[in-house]
Amino acid sequence: MPSTAGSARGLPGVPLSAVPGGVRLDRLGTLLSLAAVAALVLLPFVVFKANRIVPGDPRGFFQALPGLLAGACALALAGTAAVAVSGARARVRLAAALIGLLALALAVAAAGSALTPPGNKVVRIAPGAAFWVLLVCLGLMATDAITRLRPSPGRRVLFLGLFLAVVVLALASGLFDQLSIMREYAVNAERFARELRQHVYLALGSLGAAVLVGLPLGIFCHRVPRVRDAILGTLNVIQTIPAIALFGILMAPLGALAAAVPLAERLGIRGIGAAPAAVALFLYSLLPIVANTVAGLKRVSHAAVEAARGMGMTNGQVLLRIELPLALPVIVTGIRVVLVQNIGMVTVAALIGGGGLGTFVFQGIGQTAIDLVLLGAIPIVVLAFSAAVLLDALVERLDRAHR
Amino acid sequence: MIRIENLTKQYGGTSVVDGVSMLIERNSITVIVGTSGSGKSTLLRMINRLVEPTSGRVLIEEQDTRAEPAHLLRRRIGYAIQGHGLFPHRTVAENIATVPRLLRWSAERVAARVDELLRVFQLDPALYAGAFPHELSGGQQQRVGVARALAAEPAVLLMDEPFGALDPIIRAKAQEDLLQIQDRFGTTIVLVTHDMDEAFLLGDRVGVMSEGRLLQYDRPAVLLTRPADPFVARMTGLTDRAMRLLSLTTAGEVAVPGPATGPQVPASASLREALSEIVWCGADAAQVMAADGTPRGSLTVASILAHGRPG
Repeated sequence: MPSTAGSARGLPGVPLSAVPGGVRLDRLGTLLSLAAVAALVLLPFVVFKANRIVPGDPRGFFQALPGLLAGACALALAGTAAVAVSGARARVRLAAALIGLLALALAVAAAGSALTPPGNKVVRIAPGAAFWVLLVCLGLMATDAITRLRPSPGRRVLFLGLFLAVVVLALASGLFDQLSIMREYAVNAERFARELRQHVYLALGSLGAAVLVGLPLGIFCHRVPRVRDAILGTLNVIQTIPAIALFGILMAPLGALAAAVPLAERLGIRGIGAAPAAVALFLYSLLPIVANTVAGLKRVSHAAVEAARGMGMTNGQVLLRIELPLALPVIVTGIRVVLVQNIGMVTVAALIGGGGLGTFVFQGIGQTAIDLVLLGAIPIVVLAFSAAVLLDALVERLDRAHR
Repeated sequence: MIRIENLTKQYGGTSVVDGVSMLIERNSITVIVGTSGSGKSTLLRMINRLVEPTSGRVLIEEQDTRAEPAHLLRRRIGYAIQGHGLFPHRTVAENIATVPRLLRWSAERVAARVDELLRVFQLDPALYAGAFPHELSGGQQQRVGVARALAAEPAVLLMDEPFGALDPIIRAKAQEDLLQIQDRFGTTIVLVTHDMDEAFLLGDRVGVMSEGRLLQYDRPAVLLTRPADPFVARMTGLTDRAMRLLSLTTAGEVAVPGPATGPQVPASASLREALSEIVWCGADAAQVMAADGTPRGSLTVASILAHGRPG
């Protein structure tokens, strides 16, 4: 077939390579399939450990699973790969990726059940490198298909909600209880809930404080250009201080404050703990909020502001009815940056006793218990990802309404 | 009536507007024309106090504009600018309703006024009331901008290069519309432009500004025949001033009743247009026709040329 066939059928930016003989291959899908096959053949699917600390014993896909199930799951994954390689439509590709994910999840759950001796609580079955490679490949395939479908902001939030619901239900079903991460969770369930809550509080609380301070500060910078460079410069410098160093810098003044003001100490403001973490996150959050507020206000059509003033709006009315609504998409983009950044950075707060999911990460590192690290790290990734999807959808919604 | 008394605006010691005084009559169109940097926009913006004067004062109907807070003053004065300045996040109807809402008109009164204005500006309310500005053509956006400026029935309308961003054909239509609107609502209009043709077409009186000073302020014909200053003569155009002068008089005003020969021209056509038609047809006179098609008389080349001379 002529070499133009690919570009004629493919969406812009979606390469479909034309191969002599009329077979069209999807480049991304081919790459992902090759990686997945190589991982499945060469890398362990699960790691068998006699207890949580000792180095494990790798098991391949067909070693780990009972024969019939291994065949069924392999068949499903092969089907997914076939769809990925072909130039199938995005809808089909998404369905195939989801089926592949389902097969992968069932396979790892089954491996856990099959390899654990009945009643044994010491043995750990950890997902191996092949599992993670497959998960990433299937995840990429699914997100690529979703991107090609160009779902509306509402749809994307709905997808996210469904995805999270399915994950929570699957984990609650007990199907995965034999896996090492779930073992760690079972031991730490109560603490997990507490640290998750603390993680979200720290991320959202510092964001809220940064919005309350940063928005007026951004408006001030916009109105008084002389102070803008000074304020943004200062915030820029703060941004360059490493998190750990900033915690250290804050320890002394907050400790002194706690010593001098008993009320502060009773409120939990101390040199270590959640207070310096929240203050540091707040300081890091200011730059994106202030900078985006300034950029958003600058973007507002000068003619619209001029007309608003010329028609008799007061300064407050111009700000609330014209400038802020028109700047909102850019401001919310700043909030998105801050929220995703905070969710990641709260992790480090665990180092100074601030709590959060980072507690598990650092405890796991200390004990060389990788499953405990993952128990902290995976929810952090899911939180950050969810926040990004939610706020991206919000930005797009606002942008559509405020062209 | 707007009385501008010795109005001056200085920025850091430089006078942008320098001691301008002028009297703007009610129900007229006054055009202020000048090169960029002449201070014409600043002068306009001092009328609604978007710029506060360094000295001097403005009286509207003999009341000092500083007698009330600036934002209340501005709600009584229409304001239309180049590039229309429509609010992109609000519908056409919401844009037009801006000042009536600020004045807390009732919802029914606002709706009725928006509907009326859309019709006056030839925008079907069913199609355009709910549309967003970016969905309109440039000419439509400009019309909505003027409709919005007129929404609260202001006695005075200030326009800052309102047609500057339009292409020539749409601009001609917009200028024609403005004359009709002024006729209909009797608004006192002060318009700023750098386009001398526009000034002569629209202005009952034209003020020429340069370097902050009002050089001359008079009827267009006087600017042409008795320029107060070499700059005014240059601005009004030395090479085609006779044709400009002809464009200020209509065929209907000059036609002599009686039998006529030659091409037919409407009574509303300018002498310039009538002459062009006569030259084009190789005639030496034209028949002037009223709008209803009845003959109004004869227009000879000689009578046209007599109007193209000073004095």
